[in-house]
Amino acid sequence: MSWTRDQMAERAAKELQDGFYVNLGIGMPTLVANYIGEDIDVTLQSENGMLGMGPFPTEDNVDADLINAGKQTITELKRTSYFSSADSFAMIRGGHIDLSILGAMEVAENGDIANWMIPGKMVKGMGGAMDLVAGVKKIIVLMDHTNKAGESKFLKECSLPLTGTNVVDMVVTDLGVFQRPDHDSPFRLIELAPGVDVEEVKAKTEARFEVAL
Amino acid sequence: MERRVLANKLYDDAESALAGLAKDGITVMAGGFGLCGIPEKLIEALRDSGAKDLTCISNNAGVDDFGLGLLLQTRQIRKMISSYVGENKEFERQYLGGELELEFNPQGTLAERCRAGGAGIPGFYTKTGVGTLVAEGKEHKEFDGETYIMETGLTADIALVKAWKADPAGNLIYRKTARNFNPVMATAGKVTIAEVEELVGPGELDPDCIQTPGIFVQRLIVGKNYEKRIEQRTVSAAAGAEV
Repeated sequence: MSWTRDQMAERAAKELQDGFYVNLGIGMPTLVANYIGEDIDVTLQSENGMLGMGPFPTEDNVDADLINAGKQTITELKRTSYFSSADSFAMIRGGHIDLSILGAMEVAENGDIANWMIPGKMVKGMGGAMDLVAGVKKIIVLMDHTNKAGESKFLKECSLPLTGTNVVDMVVTDLGVFQRPDHDSPFRLIELAPGVDVEEVKAKTEARFEVAL
Repeated sequence: MERRVLANKLYDDAESALAGLAKDGITVMAGGFGLCGIPEKLIEALRDSGAKDLTCISNNAGVDDFGLGLLLQTRQIRKMISSYVGENKEFERQYLGGELELEFNPQGTLAERCRAGGAGIPGFYTKTGVGTLVAEGKEHKEFDGETYIMETGLTADIALVKAWKADPAGNLIYRKTARNFNPVMATAGKVTIAEVEELVGPGELDPDCIQTPGIFVQRLIVGKNYEKRIEQRTVSAAAGAEV
């Protein structure tokens, strides 16, 4: 047993705190929005220029002028504000966003992250990922523990071109949760998915980590 | 009594607004995020002008048959400066074939380069991209023990922007997330051309709510029959489902 994608998103959502401004990356991280606790108040930022992102619209309410960074149609809330791309990245780069949850191809034990480019393949671009990892106060990576070949994605060193260096604070995979208190400390395994034990995590992880269950 | 607006910024259509400006080898900024808030009429007119060897600065490259994708079909673009180009197959074909030059900028760096260029700031330091391919060849500098890289401001021969409403003075307001790069790029064009959905009379825009002051806009057209194509039409059966 390990966590499904939805369970991983649900686990990551526990890191959201009352009053947080949060940017969710494209793909699996968008699922986190489904698990925001009703007892906390969280404002979602979308880097194309919106703070206070609402749910998907009904068919009647679709508006081509209202999309999120994944280019999906969405809705506004009573708290919503709109702004330019320059203001959006002032929020991000300027350290005003509390938390970003992103996907990754690779994470290294020193907190490096690679999630934008595979050499030899068509590169689509980094979008806002480099700005997010450089500027947001806390970075959580949500990714499968291993790739399709069964190889660890949590590595001693990233092999792919980096998105940022020493920026990741927490890694949530289908096997468990790794966390570090600051950017000088090693990652610690703090939680296991049901039915997963430390031996399995060790066998499937190249990165060095401490166990603090 | 207030003087009436004498300088006429209003042009009949996108073609006449580009007259004398759409030349080979120029640098063009185009606002928009994905297909949201793109200057669709001005891009079509730029295609019809036949101007080639263009350097285009735009967050994305449109899709195959809409937005800047139209200029790729006709091979009018020599170089793109963008942050994400994933939605365009013709782009991929030309790039992999060596026909198209591409410079990736982190999205926030691209926005700030346009903002700086428009504000007369030739360069600035940012921590975005430190330790990555983006930092290669760039000046590094420490501030308070943290490393930053220098990025340069961007300007363009023409900036093409899309707004919701304008008045005859060229004051602009945008609508929802169709704002994105448009107000930033409006400041950075040597000539900025705005296309809008609606032209209102003098005094009809609340001066407190103007997002691009008219000084940044030299030419203005009212577009008709906006297509406003949607890339990812996501809907919920009933209101209330979270994104």
